[in-house]
Amino acid sequence: MQDAVTTIAVDRTLGRLRGGERLRLVARNIFPFVVVGGIWEIVAWANIFPRRLFPTLEEVASSFIQLTVSGILPHHTIDTVIRLLSGFALAGVFGVTIGVLMGRSRRAEDICLPLVSICAPIPGLAYAPLFLLWFGLGNLSSVLLVGFVSAFPIIFNSWTGVKAVKEIWVRSAQSMGADDRRLFRYVILPGALPYILTGLRLGLAQAWRILVAVEMLAAVPWGLGWMIFGARKFLNTDVMMAGIVVIAVIGLALEKFVFRKIEDYTVVRWGMITS
Amino acid sequence: MTEMGQNLRSTVRAAITLTVAAAAYEVLARSGYFAPALLPTLANVARALFASLADGTMIEHAAFTLYRVLFGFSLAVVVGIPLGILMARFQRVEHFFLPLVSALMPIPSFALVPLFMLWFGIGNLTTVLIVFYAATFPMVFNTWSGVRSVNPLWLRAAGAMGADENSLFWKVIIPGASPFIITGMRQSFLRAWIAVVGAEMIAASDWGLGWVIFDAKEFLNTDIMLAALIVIGCIGYVFERLVFGSVERATVQRWGMTRAAKG
Repeated sequence: MQDAVTTIAVDRTLGRLRGGERLRLVARNIFPFVVVGGIWEIVAWANIFPRRLFPTLEEVASSFIQLTVSGILPHHTIDTVIRLLSGFALAGVFGVTIGVLMGRSRRAEDICLPLVSICAPIPGLAYAPLFLLWFGLGNLSSVLLVGFVSAFPIIFNSWTGVKAVKEIWVRSAQSMGADDRRLFRYVILPGALPYILTGLRLGLAQAWRILVAVEMLAAVPWGLGWMIFGARKFLNTDVMMAGIVVIAVIGLALEKFVFRKIEDYTVVRWGMITS
Repeated sequence: MTEMGQNLRSTVRAAITLTVAAAAYEVLARSGYFAPALLPTLANVARALFASLADGTMIEHAAFTLYRVLFGFSLAVVVGIPLGILMARFQRVEHFFLPLVSALMPIPSFALVPLFMLWFGIGNLTTVLIVFYAATFPMVFNTWSGVRSVNPLWLRAAGAMGADENSLFWKVIIPGASPFIITGMRQSFLRAWIAVVGAEMIAASDWGLGWVIFDAKEFLNTDIMLAALIVIGCIGYVFERLVFGSVERATVQRWGMTRAAKG
């Protein structure tokens, strides 16, 4: 189950085009935002909704700049990113290990699969109150929850990946005298890597979605989710919008720069998938 | 014979695992190492589950949640499929909507909950809109890529055999894109299900399974929380496996197109 995001190929071709075409492409991508922004402005200035609830874009931009200059927004962002990365690292290490084990040994599969398939379909956020009760409010429970929830897609995909390694590759490596360690290092791991990367990517997307919500519930001192949720109490809609913009940018950056790059360096270069 | 033996052994192992896990939990719960309010015994959880099912509260909560998720999901399907098809068939539409969709897609739906609470108040409307937001994008994207990936050979073959626009659309493009569309529905239901629980927690509204969990936390009713978790898991499982599984079997698998649906 690959995320549909992978199919966006708009910016892919950007580098290959010549100047004029490139400009036209940029203009074409910006045009819809201009239209939507214009409609937004008109609605905001027409005072159909109270201004506090529906700020103009200038107000959003100015509060964005103000928050950035005063260092509040960067602080929130950094805390969120640290939480995301530590939760995701936890999920990556445990998820890949469990998934590969499940793929390699029938015994591990029989033991883990029932537990995993019972816990996985429950929406991650439903565990949040349980984790809050068990591990208290704050960082520990939010990182653990992010790790726990994003581990499932990683486990499932690593497991499928290892199982999808062609039997004939394993047999031929064995008949050429590869021992277990080398079989794993040179055949199984590269063979399963496209799936594992897909799993990591889905896991990261999941972690990101859950983290924003968890920050709203877990009463952490800093964090973008908390900033948005806190701003609601004071009707600071402009601050909320600024936070949402940052969240969107980080989400896009994670997808575009982190995973595209990793994929390009590994599986695409090895010719396992075409980009 | 060996295959059956293997399967039998797997089932036995799975049963043993679950029993051991349950027993370990029970021992931990009874040991008194953790406060019983935080770690209720399985018997207590089962009792809470049956009590709430028997007096109908849990069923009512589940009905509210289902209503919200199905409403939002249907909206997403009604908007997402036509938009995806239009984007794939007309380049102008694609040029306008693709940048917007790619920019909005990475915003987690929960980030919008506080904003929607301010705009639309607490209750059904906010939750349904959040579900709609979460479910639309996978729907649009999968429909779009499905229609685009219809084999051009089929289109040309149908055209050469004299199919007009109309029958080309209904007889070739829609069936050809259906594996993707069904995958999209599956993904967007999954998203919708996650979103509804979260939205109900944050935008508390008296009814709904997410609200039950959150409310139970305030009163340390861990048994009710776990019971609601079980209900949520069961409903999710039923939809994922039974509903979408059987839809897939009835359509894509029967038409012999599962390969494309795995994506």
